[in-house]
Amino acid sequence: MEIIAYLIPISLFLGGVGLAAFVYTVRSNQYDDPDGNSQRILSNDYDDKPMS
Amino acid sequence: MTEALRPQPAACPACVAAPSAEAIAEAAAPKEARLALSVPAVHCAACISTVEKALAAVPGVKEARVNLTLKRANIAADPDLEVAPLIAALDAVGYEAHELDAGSLSATETDKAGRELLMRLAVAGFASMNVMLLSVSVWSGAEAATRDLFHWISAAIALPTIVFSGQPFFRNAFAALKNGRLNMDVPIVLAIVLAVVTSLWETSLSGEHAYFDAALTLVFFLLAGRYLDHRTRAVARSAAEELAALEVPRAIVLRGGTEVKLPVAEVAVGDLVLVRPGGRMPVDGEIVEGTSEIDRSLLTGETLPVFATAGQGVSAGEVNLTGPLTLRATAVGKDTSLHRMADLVAVAESGRSRYTSLADGAAKLYAPGVHILSALSFLGWLLYSGDMRTALNIAAAVLIITCPCALGLAVPAVTTAASGRLFRKGMLIKHSTALERLAQVDTVVFDKTGTLTAGTPELTNLTDHNATDLQIALALAEGSAHPLSNSLTQAARAAGVEAAVISEVSEVPGYGTEARWGDKRVRLGRGAWVGAPKSNMTTAWLAVDGQEPVAFTFTDRLRDGAEVAVKALQDAGKEVILMSGDNTGAVEGLAGRLGITHWLAEALPEDKAARIQAHAAANKKVLMVGDGLNDTAALTAAHVSISPASALDAARVASDIVLLGGDLSPIAEALETAKSATKRIRENFQIATLYNVIAVPVAVIGLATPLVAALAMSTSSITVSLNALRLR
Repeated sequence: MEIIAYLIPISLFLGGVGLAAFVYTVRSNQYDDPDGNSQRILSNDYDDKPMS
Repeated sequence: MTEALRPQPAACPACVAAPSAEAIAEAAAPKEARLALSVPAVHCAACISTVEKALAAVPGVKEARVNLTLKRANIAADPDLEVAPLIAALDAVGYEAHELDAGSLSATETDKAGRELLMRLAVAGFASMNVMLLSVSVWSGAEAATRDLFHWISAAIALPTIVFSGQPFFRNAFAALKNGRLNMDVPIVLAIVLAVVTSLWETSLSGEHAYFDAALTLVFFLLAGRYLDHRTRAVARSAAEELAALEVPRAIVLRGGTEVKLPVAEVAVGDLVLVRPGGRMPVDGEIVEGTSEIDRSLLTGETLPVFATAGQGVSAGEVNLTGPLTLRATAVGKDTSLHRMADLVAVAESGRSRYTSLADGAAKLYAPGVHILSALSFLGWLLYSGDMRTALNIAAAVLIITCPCALGLAVPAVTTAASGRLFRKGMLIKHSTALERLAQVDTVVFDKTGTLTAGTPELTNLTDHNATDLQIALALAEGSAHPLSNSLTQAARAAGVEAAVISEVSEVPGYGTEARWGDKRVRLGRGAWVGAPKSNMTTAWLAVDGQEPVAFTFTDRLRDGAEVAVKALQDAGKEVILMSGDNTGAVEGLAGRLGITHWLAEALPEDKAARIQAHAAANKKVLMVGDGLNDTAALTAAHVSISPASALDAARVASDIVLLGGDLSPIAEALETAKSATKRIRENFQIATLYNVIAVPVAVIGLATPLVAALAMSTSSITVSLNALRLR
């Protein structure tokens, strides 16, 4: 059962990484234009640089 | 944004030596202006890049970004950039664009409340999944030290999460208790707190059952309901705000002999304001120069344009039709008669404040019931077993298992589905209980001008005239931009009439058009001007020298779907009433055309509101459909109200639902949808009750385990949501 000592912190850490990523996306307005985002991937305009 | 980071090459050697002047200038002026344009036609990836490139190519634009969801382009530009070139640039690539008033939009620019809810929802979701993982191991047989360890880890995750994510509920419950009321949040908070406290106690005593997962999933499901509710209303709010923002309040003021464009808020009493034909009066004032006709339909419901000349008073909101007018402002902003009329709304008792929503009704029954039940089981078990710990555990189990989360989801899940469906039909549900109130409606009151009619005149007696008259009339009408002339031109062209050859055409603002036809003087315009009798109808007279004047009569064109809507409402057994401020002849004519037997003409704003209150007193549920300022009091007084998107801002604010398209036909369908939505809400309450009827006895006799609680909660929440989805 010692494996639990590793697995629980690892699972919590991974979950936390997901949560932090989500918090970052909310903070940087990435949910303001869901329709636009689904269309923008079809365009080549943004391929060489990320949008500011 | 790479542009801004690149060092600018110095314009002259001196600039390098003295950069301070530039820096000072930059600091003094605002760095950049943010402009917003509504671009209704964007719909695809190609549109986005076309629009963005077209905007970026306009000199002065720093960055342009399209928001496809809102069909809006946000532009960061130099502070002195005008909107006109941007609109022209978009027009050149084939996209119609309208300026949006940044001031009216800023409120929804960042949806703070929505973002906060989303964050709490995400944290609750993360925590409940992790705790559920640990709980599943406990349920599948973790023993002794392992179980305790899992419980302690769960507690460590659950406690901070509940403190953070549960805040909306804590706040609401506290506010309700402070006012001595009970709402749905009180049992929710009690369930969460009791679950956490007993679970901590159990854990510290190495007990078997802990409800951390239940407390967290409860918070998660309830937040999901809140978020859905918020989203629905945020979408409606931002669309409603966009309508308001489309009317950019600007006025042309003459200062020192030059024309200055100013925001209406900066116009002062005594300023000279220029109103061009087609423009709306921004302030109350007195005409000092110019002659014209003004359209007062939005304020009074009258369709006949009123003659206006120097010395006459005008009110904000009236539309100038023919000639340019110069006004001296006598009242601005809040003192205008427009605003005073809008204040009538505050006086009228609002139909929506009288209504108790289904959710509140359910909470009134539910909250005390649950509290009593849980208190009784606590007391019962305390007396029976004498063990505080067992009694408290069972009381917590009862609170959790009565499952307020299905009740919390019952209403928002349905209103989200129904509002989404109506939004696709072109209706914007602004108020949270609007659907429930709409479902009860048995009487529908329509305003005439601008609601049942489109506010554009239509020629009625084209065939009564001989060819020569028509040719002359067409020729004269082509020389004017007056709405009646436009309508006449269209009708005559459609009938294949060729314009007569006339010369020396001149428009006399406020009167009509005059010209020479051969050696005769011909005139098209007001009755008094051409020497014709007064008429009750909207009429333009054609006078040819030496002949009797002939009348071209007009009627207000019906709005699309008006006939369908009235018919459908009557077929559904609703009483349809027409109330208008217009004269008796016009109202009677329209009522006859639409088959409305019950009508009221020449009604003042107070009359309309009083009539509606009389109906309400007779226990009728009135739906008011209106657009003008004279309707706002009636819109507020009615049980529920709808206004078209073309309505005045004040009317849209006063109403619960806004019709986005020009078509009235969705109204009847909205009543149907509202009815089925209310039915679904009731079904959802029944489902939630059914779960309780099964689960509560199990909890009271002490057989409920955290596993049973989790199952009951999830299945009832999911059933309720699925039932709501049937509406889409």
